[in-house]
Amino acid sequence: MTSKKALEIIFSFIKKEAVIHATGYICRASQAVKDRPENFYMIGSMGIASSITLGVAIAKPKQKVIVLDGDGAVLMNMGSLATIGALRQKNLVHVVLDNESYESTGSQPSLTHIIHLEKIAKASGYVFSKKVTKPAELKNAMKTLLKKNGPAFLLVKVAKDNNAPYPRITATPEEITERFSRCL
Amino acid sequence: MEWLKEHKENARKFSAALKKEGFNFFTGVPCSLLGALIEDLSKKKGACYIPAVREDAAFGTAGGAYLAGKLPAVLIQNSGLGYSLNVLTSFNLIYKIPVLCIVGFRGHGPDAPEHLVMGKSCLKILEDVGIGTMVPEKETLNEALARAKKVMTEKKEPFAIFIKKGIFGA
Repeated sequence: MTSKKALEIIFSFIKKEAVIHATGYICRASQAVKDRPENFYMIGSMGIASSITLGVAIAKPKQKVIVLDGDGAVLMNMGSLATIGALRQKNLVHVVLDNESYESTGSQPSLTHIIHLEKIAKASGYVFSKKVTKPAELKNAMKTLLKKNGPAFLLVKVAKDNNAPYPRITATPEEITERFSRCL
Repeated sequence: MEWLKEHKENARKFSAALKKEGFNFFTGVPCSLLGALIEDLSKKKGACYIPAVREDAAFGTAGGAYLAGKLPAVLIQNSGLGYSLNVLTSFNLIYKIPVLCIVGFRGHGPDAPEHLVMGKSCLKILEDVGIGTMVPEKETLNEALARAKKVMTEKKEPFAIFIKKGIFGA
């Protein structure tokens, strides 16, 4: 499954939920697949998307809030898993597109061909944590985790897209802030 | 740890001033110079102080809360400004996400060796990236807070109040 295919499946289950995106190709692929005002594209600050999501989730306890994270980003801010897990943040859904590499900087390998992030999430206190590799598994998992109380963690193993990089984010950071906060 | 009566009293007053200015979301990483203030904010009803594990993550969480309508403050030691700089520059400043930084000012005068370099440079570092700072005395805390609120509201930028030893802890 390519990350584009994974994103198409993920967004087919998402309605009005806020989705905070990790920096790198995840933002860009998502903009290409399904640009919407409820998407917050973090173009800098690698690793911090999950922390931003926690802040939104605490402030809006009645809404499900989703973070689309990357393997490199989770490794960079692993303390965020402990914080989210310890707070038992019920409305937070953590989806990680794991291509085992830093794709936007030249596909240098990360550590996730050895390290199992879904186990770390489980050990950090996420009440639901699963790894999926196939489209059908991803569909089933998305159904479950948008209904259940979290924090939920879903590791989606994806292959590199092998096509030309998606265009950069077109909205300015200020515009992203404005349109995203208006949706909340 | 038990904080001095004077530190607790200062913390109680400043905490009330923060609330009056509309601050309603607090996170951070502890600093002994902010001890009594963190304690006061943590015991408030509704548990509005969220402990973070690293300073950059605290700024991320505060920023998320701002996007969702809260007015946030981050409480850290100046040693954590290094970690925070990436988030302050590539999130807060460019996305126009204001946050009040309440920073324990270690290395302001004689201190342990690990605090001296940052103590000497932290105000200049923030000034260089375009973040306003103030180093108030106990008596001018509220003025600093008013200035911070003005910058946050008008310019949508972070503002840092540096807290010297002896105000909220030692």
